[in-house]
Amino acid sequence: MSEDHLNKAIHTLKERFGLREAEIQKYPPALLVPAEQVIAVCQTLNDEFGFNFLSDLTASDYYPEQEPRFHAVYNLYSHEHNTRICLRVPLNGDSPTLPTVEVIYYNANWHERELYDMFGFDITGHSDLRRILMPADWEGHPLRKDYPLGYEEPQFTFNYDDIDRRKHKARYEEA
Amino acid sequence: MTLTGVNTKPGMKKPDRVSVLMSETYEVTLEELKHLVSERALSGETVLLNMGPQHPSTHGVLRLLLELDGEVIVNCVPDIGFLHTGIEKNMEAKTYEKAAVMTDRLDYLNTIGNVLAYSLAIERLAELDVPPRAQAIRVILVELQRIASHLVWLGTHALDLAAMSVFLYCFREREAILDILEMCSGQRMMTTFFRPGGLWRDVPADFELAVRRFLRSFPARIDMYHALLTKNPIFMDRTRNIGRINAEDAIRWGLTGPSLRGSGPSNDIRKTQPYSGYEQYDFEVPTGTNGDVYDRYLVRMEELRQSLRIIQQALDMLPVGPVRSNNRKYVPPPRAELGTSMEAVIHHFKLWTEGFELPKGAIYSPVESPRGELGVYLESDGGPFPQRVHWRTPSFVHLQALPVLSKGHLVADLVGIIGSVDIVLGDADR
Repeated sequence: MSEDHLNKAIHTLKERFGLREAEIQKYPPALLVPAEQVIAVCQTLNDEFGFNFLSDLTASDYYPEQEPRFHAVYNLYSHEHNTRICLRVPLNGDSPTLPTVEVIYYNANWHERELYDMFGFDITGHSDLRRILMPADWEGHPLRKDYPLGYEEPQFTFNYDDIDRRKHKARYEEA
Repeated sequence: MTLTGVNTKPGMKKPDRVSVLMSETYEVTLEELKHLVSERALSGETVLLNMGPQHPSTHGVLRLLLELDGEVIVNCVPDIGFLHTGIEKNMEAKTYEKAAVMTDRLDYLNTIGNVLAYSLAIERLAELDVPPRAQAIRVILVELQRIASHLVWLGTHALDLAAMSVFLYCFREREAILDILEMCSGQRMMTTFFRPGGLWRDVPADFELAVRRFLRSFPARIDMYHALLTKNPIFMDRTRNIGRINAEDAIRWGLTGPSLRGSGPSNDIRKTQPYSGYEQYDFEVPTGTNGDVYDRYLVRMEELRQSLRIIQQALDMLPVGPVRSNNRKYVPPPRAELGTSMEAVIHHFKLWTEGFELPKGAIYSPVESPRGELGVYLESDGGPFPQRVHWRTPSFVHLQALPVLSKGHLVADLVGIIGSVDIVLGDADR
């Protein structure tokens, strides 16, 4: 039952929007959706196929690739048909922009704020685009791959003096 | 690229700690929050009140900005992130097996459920089989953990509504469960007892006895909680028709688990997408009708009994056999083999120095935690470190429904509503 329903949904979306399947996703089955079609695809899935629940919205960074650098990943679930579908939205590195889906799925609000906070996506039309997990004055977007993890570099004989000098500078000269 | 998979390009700007410490504290102005409160707050007709983050009834470090008209809540703006520990970022710099330790630090009341979700995601991506005995023990421990988590919820929820003694009784019973976890793993809370491919080790000989003793004693305790609260007029007055949400809105707001089932839908991932052999067990999914605090309370109370049923069945048909998969590409060999088999030594060395490599791919793997749908989005680029681990945590999603639930209620009812959605801030902030 649910398998047929899912296949029908995927088939319809492919025909209507000209989408391709994303091979990287093993489960649930995923479609590659351009950012400008996200709202229309979500609306179709919600209205015609009963995908009434946004179970997750996240992203992945493929740095140093630039086109596309990011994938935003929408996981939708249908309570009625007990089936899941995934939408992957490729975004370029220079200005990743997503339209908001909070009109369809209310809980997208905080997920999108998290994307803004952690990946620096610009969410157009969002009602409350502020940082959510990091402090309001934080610089940078921590989940990007080019953001350093912040641990200390191990000091070995070959780089001992180098690191010592840097630490001394940070502690006494710049402060 | 360094060994840890984090790119450290020369010349990249690192945040300068000293200047951050020396700079002035940044304060959010009213201008930035203006769109979240009503017009009346700007004219001073309603009051803006800060609640938390150290308020005892916010269950951790949740800060709420309340707009009040007298004692009635006009708007409620949750502010989270005080417990953010960057677990998702940290996991990207660890091998899969080492990252499992961090799962315990997410939802500290459901530690075993977190590591189950994480292990399942890896097992599904790697198509790794788990022996039946390991699956049955997983179910027993996860259900015990569910009971323990619900006991903390019940105790603190009742405490928020000024019923002190329930809290003490609940923590007494929870102690028995923590003792069982300690018996298995050596740790009361941060167990990391499940590993990709099975368990860390088999349970000790007196495990079954201890669980059966708990199964015998606990039903009477549930009756006692019911006697203390369920028909208590004060408790009923403070919970019925408070924080109501209908089924459709609950789904739109992303509610899952008992918070959703209190409104009617019987969605439970243990039933809809069974994992770890849940399809073998006979249990019911309790639902409510009104979607208020009281119904969510009843749903969780009934879940305690259903969890006992599952544990009883799993224990009765507990198979014998190995508890770890013998796929040596992912699971290290038993200690005893290292003395006799060169192959085992090689596998052992490879797995503990480099870790295993998952096939390239991404997966979203949900499980039913005591709070709702706990999903792990795991993406592998074919190397020994995860490309991305994302936790879809129920507390994070449920918290944003708090303004909807609390609008129009009294401040005093807000603590009951927070308790009824059962949030854990470690889970929300990650």
